[in-house]
Amino acid sequence: MLTKRVIPCLDVRAGRVTKGVKFENNVDLGDPVDMAVAYSDGGADELVFYDITASAEGRPIDIGMVEAVAKAVRIPFAVGGGISCISDMERVILAGAEKISVNSLAVKNPQIIADGAKAFGRQCIVLGMDPVKSDNPNCPSGYEITTRGFREFTGMDAVEWAKRAADLGAGEIVVNSVDADGTRAGFELDITGRIARAVNVPVVASGGAGKPEHLVTVFEKAQADAAIVAGMVHTGAYTIAQIKDVMHAAGVPTRMTW
Amino acid sequence: MLAIVDYKAGNLTSVRNAFAALGVETAVTRDPAVLAAADRVVFPGVGAAGSAMANLRALGLEDAVRTAAGSGRPFLGICLGMQILFSHSEEDGGVDTLGILGGQVRRFPDVPGFKVPAIGWNSVDGPCAGREFYFVHSYYAELVPETVGRTEYAGTTFTAMVKKGRLWACQFHPEKSGRVGLELLKEWLAC
Repeated sequence: MLTKRVIPCLDVRAGRVTKGVKFENNVDLGDPVDMAVAYSDGGADELVFYDITASAEGRPIDIGMVEAVAKAVRIPFAVGGGISCISDMERVILAGAEKISVNSLAVKNPQIIADGAKAFGRQCIVLGMDPVKSDNPNCPSGYEITTRGFREFTGMDAVEWAKRAADLGAGEIVVNSVDADGTRAGFELDITGRIARAVNVPVVASGGAGKPEHLVTVFEKAQADAAIVAGMVHTGAYTIAQIKDVMHAAGVPTRMTW
Repeated sequence: MLAIVDYKAGNLTSVRNAFAALGVETAVTRDPAVLAAADRVVFPGVGAAGSAMANLRALGLEDAVRTAAGSGRPFLGICLGMQILFSHSEEDGGVDTLGILGGQVRRFPDVPGFKVPAIGWNSVDGPCAGREFYFVHSYYAELVPETVGRTEYAGTTFTAMVKKGRLWACQFHPEKSGRVGLELLKEWLAC
């Protein structure tokens, strides 16, 4: 049986993994390669790296870091941030990443999803989205897409955008709730579930994981295929193995040997 | 020498890195003469069957790969590199593939709750029983006499791994399947 994936997310700033709440109060957590190895050895099913300052600073992604991670771990990983064109995607893939996550870039230029899927296969192209609860009349789902680290509102409906991105060729969609991000109070089940039911590609829940039961809930109630964890594991509050023990005990299909 | 076939079908870095982790040097090649001389051939692949076959032909590699796969020397197909060893794929409107194995490659059926592509870790029965490997695919190869490992998704039981002498091939990615993936590569290196 295909198992539900647990994916630690590593936000990288100036070559170090950091964690903040709603993009503020960042603290240094460690070296990206060391942390990748530790999570891989500890049972993570996949990893995701966001070069979080790349877009804001207008500089390209740290290819040396991608190469070092690819040499050090034998599990899949995605890279996002600082991607601005197909040749950026190619560099990241040739460096050894399995997947590229596009977010603000795809909002600005949706064709990049189709072009990336055509060039590398749709399984390589992940759409990251940052929806926030909104009463914007253009957003009938009640959730609006934000970009640039929650700084800009786009007027785009979150469910419509997910469907369009899947049609364009996105192989997976990461739903990162702005409202839940960094709170450790649980995933945003409503928008995650609505998107999971609206598209036929895997949906990854992101934002709000604080304890193992939150993952069980998002898998059972929102039909997520994978869930991202950050603060709850980075701080040492929980290990991946502890999270997976709870998932397994609750009957969620989980990879238990690694 | 271990040759990895480079036919513009996706990323070879992960495959090289996995063999490097086992201390094995690899040569990435598009040269039929190098494939003919190699002790072992790895035939990876990510992407679509139609463009993969077109690339193999355009690069003049189709015969070299067919010969290597039928040579009795150790040969390892991975993912799309396994699928195009079969005779036909439904992908890209239907395409005849290498035909080293007799079966067909089909798209997963639309079943509510089963996303396509299937992405993630799934268990394989047979000699791999109890081990989970990393899969990424929208198409699957049917069961054939050479099937030694089966996996299930979307109500469909399909070929996860085949063995035909020293030709091994797997739908999953051993190079991305952690310790169990490396163990499988080690077993192949010893065959």
